[in-house]
Amino acid sequence: MEKKVFKRTRGLTDIPLRYCPGCGHGVVHRLVAEVMEELGIQKRTIGIAPVGCSVFADEYFNCDMIQPAHGRGPAVATGMKRVRPDCIVFSYQGDGDLASIGMAETVHAAARSENITIIFVNNAIYGMTGGQMAPTTLIGMKSTTTPFGRDVKRAGYPIRVCELLAALDAPGYLARVSVHKAPNVMKAKKAIRKAFQVQMEGLGFSLVEIVSQCPTDWFMTPLQAVEYAEKQMIPYFPLGEFKTPYKKEEKVKKEDKKGIDVEYRTDFN
Amino acid sequence: MGEKLLMKGNEALAEGAVRAGCRFFAGYPITPQNEIPEYMSWRLPEVGGTFLQAESEVAAINMLFGASACGARVMTSSSGPGISLKQEGISYISGAELPIFYADVMRGGPGLGNIAPAQGDYFQATRGGGHGDYRVIVFAPNSVWEMGNFPKRCYDLADKYRVPTMVLADGLLGQMMEPLEFDFEMVDPAKLPEKDYILGCAEGRERRVVRSYDLKPGFLEQNTIRLGEKFKKIEQNEVRFEEVKLDDAEIVLIAFGTASRVCKAALTMGRDQGVKIGLLRPITLWPFPMKFLNQIADKVENFLVVEMNLGQMIEDVKLAVEGKANVSFHGRPSGGIPTGEEILDVIKKVLKK
Repeated sequence: MEKKVFKRTRGLTDIPLRYCPGCGHGVVHRLVAEVMEELGIQKRTIGIAPVGCSVFADEYFNCDMIQPAHGRGPAVATGMKRVRPDCIVFSYQGDGDLASIGMAETVHAAARSENITIIFVNNAIYGMTGGQMAPTTLIGMKSTTTPFGRDVKRAGYPIRVCELLAALDAPGYLARVSVHKAPNVMKAKKAIRKAFQVQMEGLGFSLVEIVSQCPTDWFMTPLQAVEYAEKQMIPYFPLGEFKTPYKKEEKVKKEDKKGIDVEYRTDFN
Repeated sequence: MGEKLLMKGNEALAEGAVRAGCRFFAGYPITPQNEIPEYMSWRLPEVGGTFLQAESEVAAINMLFGASACGARVMTSSSGPGISLKQEGISYISGAELPIFYADVMRGGPGLGNIAPAQGDYFQATRGGGHGDYRVIVFAPNSVWEMGNFPKRCYDLADKYRVPTMVLADGLLGQMMEPLEFDFEMVDPAKLPEKDYILGCAEGRERRVVRSYDLKPGFLEQNTIRLGEKFKKIEQNEVRFEEVKLDDAEIVLIAFGTASRVCKAALTMGRDQGVKIGLLRPITLWPFPMKFLNQIADKVENFLVVEMNLGQMIEDVKLAVEGKANVSFHGRPSGGIPTGEEILDVIKKVLKK
């Protein structure tokens, strides 16, 4: 007898994903969809699609979806969750959407500890518009608006979102994972599941940053892109948990000024 | 209902919204509308609603986008500079066909301007305000009574047509106190008709999507044409205006909001001196009373548009009268408020009396 060992998750619709070969979005979509299905929350989840390559997320996720303006996901999520606290609300965003045009909405939703989940895909580039510099583009990295490589004197430094948000007192869950290799994909799923659980338990703002590849706009083959993610991206954007409300799992404990236990950087590598 | 109250315009507007079923407010401080969020911050929790001080006007309007998509009657308010920031969200909300209500308590501009009453946001309000093809239903109150009672009309029309609706007031209407009565019963949001497009619990139904984009070739054109038909219907059915002594008028004043109050004073003074003045006050600025105005232009030779700006509504008046009558203008922008005497002088000049 043949045994079915893998099937398409019901968390995704039947519409084929239109992402480029080697892009991380498809994997992240599947992980979020699987988590939604496994937690049994699909029928009460509202997803928010960003502006960027994943603008079509409203066609892919098999739950109620909304598609607002560029970068405003966390504000829209705030409005939804306050009106429907019984629903699970997640905002799916890229680096331009979240860390550039939508930085204010991101920081303030986190500071209010809105009980929402953000899936933040960081591939260091504006994909949909053709490869311009993102707020997370690495120093020296080429893009169509930094054709000679990102020069810090002209274009400044990349932003580390998890580290920046970890400075807030507000409780919640912050983690950075990657999807460039199979073991990392498994860890990414764990983090995404935890982020949704934090919301289900009403423990406040949760954000998972996923370091991802963009072979097309990095001008690389998918394999080269995986290597670039490992050798260049991850050293600058270290993986791990930056904040978690679960005390048991903490490997490194520090006490902040208010005496709240905060976990910084559990190693995910 | 029935109870006579003495309220500040801004507070009447906030209370009127709550009584009309508003249960979600997000806003950002700006003068001269601060009494609205301040009032909402304690009033909404009393009725089980949510008040949020947003990090910006941009965030506030997008909070409304989310809250309206989940079915709540929602509100935000600001003054010109903040309304400019909200335009992105209002355009998206129009595209997604969600009902919202907001208020612009106008101040002097452009730029940071000042905090004095003005009417410089007429173009922005009546032309949609943001990018793309759309319109917003605009109510222009001229008393605290109307500040309190117009939110109910706005919510009902917003739900009926699934469009943004707004009150265009100014600093004077927001800050002054007058008696008012609410002319409607307190609305229980739970008893409003169910909306078949809102997001939330998908149990037992197909998933829903709220969005303003469509990249399939030709589809957006068809959709925008459909929206246009909705706007036409609004233009046919929802025009409101007030007319004063038009029957024997040799000159008709046209003014909205605060300017229309001063025009009423000029009308009384002029009539005492034997000058036959009439007044047409558009209550909805969009849809504008085009047809009615066109009909009066067959009988009346002279129109005088009075605005607290450099001349904005006058363009709609000229469109309406189609060159059949002489249209003059008197305006005081950015904090200037005309007096009755001043307007009467202009009338006499126009009539060469």
